[in-house]
Amino acid sequence: MPEAVRLALAVAAKDIRAELRSRTALLSAVVFAALVLVVFNFARDPTALSATDLAPSVLWVTFALAAMLALNRAFTVERENGALDGLLLAPIPREAIFAGKLLANLAFVGTVEAVTLPLFVLFFNVDLGAALPGIVAVTALATVGFVAVGTIFSAMAVRTRFAELMLPVLLLPFMVPPLIGAVQATSRLLSGRPLSEMLGWLRLLALYDIVFVTLCTLAFSAVVDE
Amino acid sequence: MPSYDGALVEARGLCRSFGRVRVLHDVNLILAAGEALAVAGPNGAGKSTLLRLLAGLMRPTAGEVRILGRPLRQDAAAARRGVGLLSHQSLLYDDLTLLENLTFAARLYGLLRPRETALAALARAGLGSRAGESPRRLSRGLLQRAAIARALLHRPRILLLDEPFTALDAAAAERLREELRHLLAQGMGMVIVTHHLAEVWDLATRVSVLVEGRWVCDEARAGALSAFLPRYHGLIGA
Repeated sequence: MPEAVRLALAVAAKDIRAELRSRTALLSAVVFAALVLVVFNFARDPTALSATDLAPSVLWVTFALAAMLALNRAFTVERENGALDGLLLAPIPREAIFAGKLLANLAFVGTVEAVTLPLFVLFFNVDLGAALPGIVAVTALATVGFVAVGTIFSAMAVRTRFAELMLPVLLLPFMVPPLIGAVQATSRLLSGRPLSEMLGWLRLLALYDIVFVTLCTLAFSAVVDE
Repeated sequence: MPSYDGALVEARGLCRSFGRVRVLHDVNLILAAGEALAVAGPNGAGKSTLLRLLAGLMRPTAGEVRILGRPLRQDAAAARRGVGLLSHQSLLYDDLTLLENLTFAARLYGLLRPRETALAALARAGLGSRAGESPRRLSRGLLQRAAIARALLHRPRILLLDEPFTALDAAAAERLREELRHLLAQGMGMVIVTHHLAEVWDLATRVSVLVEGRWVCDEARAGALSAFLPRYHGLIGA
C-alpha cells in the first residue's frame, strides 16, 4: 500500500474511532436531521404543493444542514490539547492529512445521510422504488464535493474564535452549485424521468467534485501552516 | 534517525511578521548536541513564535531553519522526523486511550510494530497500567509523562519545550527536570521556552533573552541565577 494512502487511512481511522467513542457529532447531526424533517413536514401545506414537488429540496436542505454539524467536528477534535500541532509535526505530507480527514468526514456525512433517507421516506411518504440506486449515486456524487470544501473550511475556521459560526458562513455559498445539481437530479429521479434529462446535472456534480477535491488537496498545506 | 554530527538546529536570519507587525527580527541560533538553550523573555517577546518556526509549524517571513542539516522548508517531512515537541498541552486526544494515542503517533512516524512500540513507551513512562485510560482521567503530572512519552516516541534528536513546567506541582516539575537531564546526557538538544528562568536554570547550558523579537542576550549559563537576574530584569525592562 502506498505510504500516503496508509497515512490517510490512519488519520481517518483515528477520527472514526474517536467519534465512535464520543458519538457527539454523529448523534447531534442525526437528531438535527430528524428535527428538520419534522419541522418541514408540519410546516408545509399539502394542498398547495405535492410532497413529490417539495421532497427533493427538503431532502437536500436537510442533508446540507446536518452535514454542516458533522463537518464542524472535523478539526474541533484537533483543537483539544493542541492535538493539531502533534498532527502537523509528524513527518507526513499535508495532503495525506487532508485525505484522511476527507475520508472520515465522508463516513460521518454518509452515515447521517443513510439514517436521514429512510426518515425522509417516512415523513414525506415518497415512493423511492426504482429511483433508490439513482438517488444513492446522486447523493454520493454531491456529497464528495461539498464535504471536500467543508473539510478545508473546517480547518480554516478552527483557528478563529467563532469556528462553529464561521463554517456555515464560509461553506454555504460553495454548497449552492452541488445543491442545485443534486436537487434537480433528485427531482427528475423521483418523477421517473430518463437519464438523458439529468445528465447535465450529473456532469456538473462530477466536475465540481474533481475541481474542488483537487483544489482543496493542493490548498490544505497553505491553510494549516501558519 | 541517521547519525549526524553537525549542529542539530541552525536558524539564520529568522524573521516573522503577522500582517504589518514584525514579531521576530533577524534571529540566529545554533544548537549543538547535549545543549539546552533556555529562551526567556517577557510576554509577546516572540518566544513561542520562535519555537513554532523551529518546529516547522509556522513559516518564517524571511530566513531559514535547518534541522539536522536539512532545510525545513524544502525537506520538511525528513527534518520534522528529528524533532519532538513538549508543551504545556499534551497533544493527546481525549476520546482515545493513551495506548491508542501513542499507537496513532507511532503510525504517523512510520515506526515498526506501532502498538508494541506505544506499549513500550508507556511502560518506560510508568504508565503501562494506565494504557487503556483516557488522557482526561489523568492528573497533570501523569498527563505530562504521557506527553513526554508521545514526544520521544520516535527518538528525536531535538526536543522543543514550550513552558513545559506550567501547572506542574513541585514534585512533578522535579521529576520532569530529572528526565530532561537524562536526555541531555544522552546527547539530545533542547530549546526551552520559559517565562520563569528559575524553572530551567539548572538544566540550561545556554541562556538567551528575547525582547520585542530581538536577541538581547545569548550566552553560556554561568554562576547562580541570583547573579543573572538583575541583568535579566534590566534587559527586559522590568
